[in-house]
Amino acid sequence: MENNIVIKVSDLEKIYDETAVPVHALRGVDLEIRRGEFTAIVGPSGSGKTTLLNIIGGLDRPTAGKVEVDGNDIANLSDNQLIDFRKKHIGFVFQSYNLIPVLTAKENVEFVMLLQKRSKAERDSRTRELMEAVGLADRMQNRPSELSGGQQQRVAVARALAPKPAFILADEPTANLDSKSTANLLDMMARLNKEENITFVFSTHDQRVIDRARRVVTLEDGKVLSDHSRE
Amino acid sequence: MHNLVKLAGRNIWRNKRRTFITSASILFAVFFSIAVTSIQKGTWDHMVDSIVHYHFGYAQIHKAGYWEDKTIDNAFDAARPLEISEGFAEVRQLVPRIESFALASYGTRTKAAMVVGIDPEKERTLTRIDTRIGTGSYFAQRDDDGAILAAGLAEYLKLNVGDTLVMISQGYHGINAAGKFPVRGIVHFGSPELNKQLLYITLEKAKWFYGTEGLITTLIVDTDAPDAIQKTVANLRQELNPEEYEVMDYKEMMPELIQAREVDTAGSYIILIVLYVIIAFGIFGTILMMLKEREYEFGLLKAIGMRTGQLNLMVWLETILLGFIGSIAGMLVALPLVYYFHINPIRLSGQMAEAYEKFGVEPLLPAAVDPSLFISQAIVIFGMITVLSFYPMLKIGALKPVSAMRS
Ligand SMILES: Nc1ncnc2c1ncn2[C@@H]1O[C@H](COP(=O)(O)OP(=O)(O)OP(=O)(O)O)[C@@H](O)[C@H]1O
Ligand SMILES: [Mg+2]
Repeated sequence: MENNIVIKVSDLEKIYDETAVPVHALRGVDLEIRRGEFTAIVGPSGSGKTTLLNIIGGLDRPTAGKVEVDGNDIANLSDNQLIDFRKKHIGFVFQSYNLIPVLTAKENVEFVMLLQKRSKAERDSRTRELMEAVGLADRMQNRPSELSGGQQQRVAVARALAPKPAFILADEPTANLDSKSTANLLDMMARLNKEENITFVFSTHDQRVIDRARRVVTLEDGKVLSDHSRE
Repeated sequence: MHNLVKLAGRNIWRNKRRTFITSASILFAVFFSIAVTSIQKGTWDHMVDSIVHYHFGYAQIHKAGYWEDKTIDNAFDAARPLEISEGFAEVRQLVPRIESFALASYGTRTKAAMVVGIDPEKERTLTRIDTRIGTGSYFAQRDDDGAILAAGLAEYLKLNVGDTLVMISQGYHGINAAGKFPVRGIVHFGSPELNKQLLYITLEKAKWFYGTEGLITTLIVDTDAPDAIQKTVANLRQELNPEEYEVMDYKEMMPELIQAREVDTAGSYIILIVLYVIIAFGIFGTILMMLKEREYEFGLLKAIGMRTGQLNLMVWLETILLGFIGSIAGMLVALPLVYYFHINPIRLSGQMAEAYEKFGVEPLLPAAVDPSLFISQAIVIFGMITVLSFYPMLKIGALKPVSAMRS
């Protein structure tokens, strides 16, 4: 089932060399993620989680190694091609401030579809469907500042899902949430994963979040230390 | 695009205070520039207009060489120009004159006078000389045999309405010219040059006096389209053989006046440029603050799929919107004021007024209400903002989501 692999990185190296002392953040990472997985990337602070997710997401470029996303080698794309690639294939959820402050929740979810010039009918139905899926159908018209942190993260998940990406990348999506909101967000992500077969890759420090993952990849010092799946 | 306009609009609304301060500065610049340029244009238009109306007209046709050598021997037959002027829709009429010199005397006093032979009816519509008669009256008929004198000349000669003036001169091709002219009226000229030497007789009498055999020295082009006079002059030149005729517009006849206007206008342009540079720095400061504050947001937008070009367009739209709000507000404030001073010109008094009158100009400062003054402001603001947007465009082009979002 080769075509079920949505992310494949091999021999990934990342050296940050703009600093006085170059930092070797990734030292030969190999990883494959398949469609429908619910994977947590864990590891101590500075182990390279963010660096890895940024490279997979096409936000940063590796020093060496290969990154294939949805069957495409993204190494040689130009900046604007990368932007288009991200728009089409990858949904991002960041730690916080995911939303455009001047747009309502609905408009935020719709935003990428607008950039893709989808029809109004399609945008409206997809936005409603997603806002229902994240349990915020009644908050469509609220601005981000009128939503709680947990609600904002849920809208961010809806926004990330809108263009039907190959997978969702989330770097510590619960880091700024209390335990109740964390549980809520994870319930929702787990449900989307189960019911709609949506692939999630997220990094976290939080043991409660780790406990919910079906696959846990542990990084240490820029290398994969362990990789466990459980069913 | 619609999407980006909406986003830009909300973004400038987000920081109301900054939007207010920035647009207020633009409002001030636009208002000030419109006020200054409008009064200036209005005043100069008025000045040129008065001189042109008092005497010269917007353009003249002469025999080739007359302007350099204003002798009666350079008189010419008006038939051909009159004929071709029929083909010019904007040319209301060609007003004929004979302009030359004569010795004017009364009693024991004698003075050199500038004699202008006019067609009473046509001159009435051109210079409205009849409305400016101080004492006495205008020519009653086409071949009236009287004279109308400038006040200064009449005073020098100690002449009054009803007295008879004697003139001698050299006529066409050297014939003797002599005649008696009862004074019909006295007219005051603001310009001292004209006031001390000008003297009108009728064209018919001038032909007789100078023996020009029906020839004249000057044809004034009376036009409906003073702003397009250069074009009319160029077209007239096409039609009239330059070996025989010269066609001159008022700028060519009064180069000193035009130069004075240019110097004055350039002076206030410099002030306006300084003002705009100050405003531009203000807007630039706003742009810098905006870039700094929204670095994270721009990084996020790039991360989720907004192209650099779209981001640039959004930022440009935001600044253009600011400029638009400021300019419209500035115009709305300026318009009634300018219009008021257009209808009720500022009337100068004292020395300023005297200085004006020296040039034969009513001491008024009317404001011009010319759409071009408003449009040029819009163009300046638009251009300035577009130039200022280059900097954020460079910044946004180089912005990397990862580093932008770390801040
Ligand atoms: N832009 C950068 N320039 C230089 N060094 C960097 C940069 N970004 C990350 N690093 C370094 O690379 C290493 C890996 O960082 P990374 O952010 O990937 O760790 P992390 O696992 O996400 O840590 P945390 O759990 O604290 O978020 C660290 O030593 C970090 O200091
Ligand atoms: Mg991290």
